[in-house]
Amino acid sequence: MAPVRGDGMRGLAVFISDIRNCKSKEAEVKRINKELANIRSKFKGDKTLDGYQKKKYVCKLLFIFLLGHDIDFGHMEAVNLLSSNKYSEKQIGYLFISVLVNTNSDLIRLIIQSIKNDLQSRNPVHVNLALQCIANIGSRDMAESFSNEIPKLLVSGDTMDVVKQSAALCLLRLFRSSPDIIPGGEWTSRIIHLLNDQHMGVVTAATSLIDALVKRNPDEYKGCVNLAVSRLSRIVTASYTDLQDYTYYFVPAPWLSVKLLRLLQNYNPVTEEAGVRARLNETLETILNKAQEPPKSKKVQHSNAKNAVLFEAINLIIHSDSEPNLLVRACNQLGQFLSNRETNLRYLALESMCHLATSEFSHEEVKKHQEVVILSMKMEKDVSVRQMAVDLLYAMCDRGNAEEIVQEMLNYLETADYSIREEMVLKVAILAEKYATDYTWYVDVILNLIRIAGDYVSEEVWYRVIQIVINREEVQGYAAKTVFEALQAPACHENMVKVGGYILGEFGNLIAGDSRSAPLVQFKLLHSKYHLCSPMTRALLLSTYIKFINLFPEIRTNIQEVFRQHSNLRSADAELQQRASEYLQLSIVASTDVLATVLEEMPSFPERESSILAVLKKKKPGRVPENEIRESKSPAPTSITQNNTHVNHNNKLNSNANANADLLGLSTPPANNINNLSNSNNSALLDVLGDIYGNNNAAIYNTKKFLFKNNGVLFENEMLQIGVKSEFRQNLGRLGLFYGNKTQVPLTNFHPVLQWSAEEALKLNVQMKAVEPTLEAGAQIQQLLTAECIEDYADAPTIEISFRYNGTQQKFCIKLPLTVNKFFEPTEMNAESFFARWKNLSGEQQRAQKVFKAAQPLDLPGARNKLIGFGMQLLDQVDPNPDNMVCAGIIHTQSQQVGCLLRLEPNKQAQMFRLTIRASKETVTRVICDLLADQF
Amino acid sequence: MMLFMLLFSRQGKLRLQKWYMAYPDKTKKKITRELVTTILARKPKMCSFLEWKDCKIVYKRYASLYFCCAIEQNDNELLTLEIIHRYVELLDKYFGSVCELDIIFNFEKAYFILDELLIGGEIQETSKKNVLKAIASQDLLQEDETPQSFFDDHGLG
Repeated sequence: MAPVRGDGMRGLAVFISDIRNCKSKEAEVKRINKELANIRSKFKGDKTLDGYQKKKYVCKLLFIFLLGHDIDFGHMEAVNLLSSNKYSEKQIGYLFISVLVNTNSDLIRLIIQSIKNDLQSRNPVHVNLALQCIANIGSRDMAESFSNEIPKLLVSGDTMDVVKQSAALCLLRLFRSSPDIIPGGEWTSRIIHLLNDQHMGVVTAATSLIDALVKRNPDEYKGCVNLAVSRLSRIVTASYTDLQDYTYYFVPAPWLSVKLLRLLQNYNPVTEEAGVRARLNETLETILNKAQEPPKSKKVQHSNAKNAVLFEAINLIIHSDSEPNLLVRACNQLGQFLSNRETNLRYLALESMCHLATSEFSHEEVKKHQEVVILSMKMEKDVSVRQMAVDLLYAMCDRGNAEEIVQEMLNYLETADYSIREEMVLKVAILAEKYATDYTWYVDVILNLIRIAGDYVSEEVWYRVIQIVINREEVQGYAAKTVFEALQAPACHENMVKVGGYILGEFGNLIAGDSRSAPLVQFKLLHSKYHLCSPMTRALLLSTYIKFINLFPEIRTNIQEVFRQHSNLRSADAELQQRASEYLQLSIVASTDVLATVLEEMPSFPERESSILAVLKKKKPGRVPENEIRESKSPAPTSITQNNTHVNHNNKLNSNANANADLLGLSTPPANNINNLSNSNNSALLDVLGDIYGNNNAAIYNTKKFLFKNNGVLFENEMLQIGVKSEFRQNLGRLGLFYGNKTQVPLTNFHPVLQWSAEEALKLNVQMKAVEPTLEAGAQIQQLLTAECIEDYADAPTIEISFRYNGTQQKFCIKLPLTVNKFFEPTEMNAESFFARWKNLSGEQQRAQKVFKAAQPLDLPGARNKLIGFGMQLLDQVDPNPDNMVCAGIIHTQSQQVGCLLRLEPNKQAQMFRLTIRASKETVTRVICDLLADQF
Repeated sequence: MMLFMLLFSRQGKLRLQKWYMAYPDKTKKKITRELVTTILARKPKMCSFLEWKDCKIVYKRYASLYFCCAIEQNDNELLTLEIIHRYVELLDKYFGSVCELDIIFNFEKAYFILDELLIGGEIQETSKKNVLKAIASQDLLQEDETPQSFFDDHGLG
């Protein structure tokens, strides 16, 4: 017979035994149905059931539900149990309610009432039961009903510690579904001070709550940092006997330590106070030191708890990314773990190292472990560890080790698990492209990828190799030769046929001089694959053939023969049939000149970020592996991601393949197209065709925007992105320009020159620091400028940027966001003094006015925001008409301060604005009026 | 926070399920099925951590039972293993050398003990002594209650 504890229900045990003895699923269902019928009749019967029986039946229902069967009755009986005066009945009632929450109906009111009663009980066991139930259900109803009681329980002086613990976590649970439940004001500091509580259990529970609150409102809870640091420091330096039962296998309070370390990761920098920072660093060092001490126990629990704290400390070190010494130590520690005999530790060490690899301080340190990581990728027994090793190799890859890492990944790919192949292919493709110095290497890598793991090479990967080959003349001949050789293999992957077809169609002429790859040989080789391929590839090949007619007129008849064969019913696919017929006609009707124009070589694609990266990111939404070294603490302009839309097009590919296939084969610039290529915008092959028909003048440099803001992207085209960050105080300003190279090649002779005449410089003195003449591929550099306003001025300085990109000289001129309004100081004043000053400034030279049409639709809140961004003080309740906006400000120059008033009156009917500026200096009046006209 | 905890046997039978996030019943069943299959297919010396959907799975086998927890990306894997261990210790202390049958026949107790350890997916009390004290005080409340009826004693209830 089954083991049953003292208060166990015998009937329940018997029922459970019956179920366990059932020989088949059917028998089990039969037994359950019998029991359900029995319970139903007991509940319906007129004989009143006593509490024990109710408890037993409710418990049986629960058991049946947990077996995976539906339960649609018994809720009422469970609710009745909640108000039982026997604890075990109450407890079962709560359990049933928690598991089978039914938020509808009148029951919820009854449940809430019962919980209310229990919350008021003097017995902490009852209070906790109620709190657990609230947390288990965690709905809005609960939050609304108990938003008063629970916070009180948490901070009240007479609450017992056990109840406080439950209350903290219960509140956290409710906060997650209803953030408004947390009271603000004085509660904030009371909640924070729970970190000082004497009871470790209370602190542990409260830390979880505070962590969630900090995430939502870091500033309000900033006070928790100092308390957390000192609490952590005390725990870490405590001996394991100090904390008694909160020591877990000789590790002092591991749970609390980890929670505190996580709490601190919500701030960056963790603290501004030097003293606190020093204490924190000391604590982190202590944790790292302890890792070197011999273990106090051989039990895995000891090492797990100790290392849990260590890993969390390392997370904090990585998060702060500001202490080179700690980062290097962390890296060494993780390096030791890489050869630990515990698989779990090796896995976690690899994972943490991925993050260390992206810090500029520890990147080089991580690279020292390359050999071990490569071994992990090859030798680990567990695929998830191997996968982690691949992630780390990807993260630690840079120009110096790219060839080796890519080669190792390629070698491993041959035997890699199916589950990680696709991702590895993407990674290899990205690394090869990113760090290629010699593009023949890149072409080799991609062709190898197709050879080794063709099935896992997605469209994006082979589109990309074609883009790159087309854009780089120096590699075209090599690509044609290599792909021609690859196609010789008796069995080659269809993706290889696609790449081969495309590249030979464009550049087959470059290898046609060699008799081994003469035109007819190329054609026959490709055509030998034709019948093994899908319709989409066949369509591509047909396009290659028509290009061959242009490249190699001598094999025209052979090709026309093929077109003829496929232009009739023998070709079952309508698209292929049509294509063959049209190409055939083209080859017959068009003169050589026309043919040459129509089938001209593809133009270069605009340079841009590889779309492969977007695929990789999509594959791993939770944890995007990175291969970018963070530039610590420099404010980067918004990241450069274009083109992630086309990924979705993939799905359309099958349904739409034929229509699109046409585009792939015969892509030519729109000026000489013969087919309806203009459809290309909604094509799956958008990526191969690139945005060649799109706007190349994508450059955004809306300097006017920067009248109203100080930071943002100042300029962007397909090569370069320029971000700006600026700050102004009095008559001084500081500007940081961030140049980001978006291409895959270095920009050389990079040279920004300030254009600001000597005469203008007498009014605004601008100094610019020099920058390196080379901007590496994918890199970002910063240039600092300082500005001093000596006298008011009009216009703004321009910067002329010149550089060489792929051998061609590029030049842009960009206005700097350094207009005179940047030196405004907002001035607060009341209506009376505003109008007094307004009247004073009524001289002819002190006034300027403009009337202009409003942008559609008239946007008053937008206009208010702009005025605030402009730098003047927006004064409310000054103008009697609430729609009108008035502002005041002082422009600081070295020689004088110029007071300035503004009034902007909208006319909603006419959709017009009238702008009036009054200032104590004529030039300022005009300049400000000109700057703002037409801006709203 | 912990998203859920599942206990299942080597045969794939679910013995306990605790969800700290509201999932529809259908989803719960699907998740359970997938995880049970995935974990049972893994070999003994393998890593105890898995990337799964957008969360992390931490699991460990004790005798015939697998304990499996889902945690968020930022949560600490090693310490989650120790939450599992602490729970096992508590069950062991309570039942006296716990086995799978104890959990089958006293599933409600297993839930009560878990509620004393974790609330809303966060650890509430890390001191073993204090949790056991809380459970003991619950049991104390039950002692006055009269035991089973006559029919029940004969398995007829």
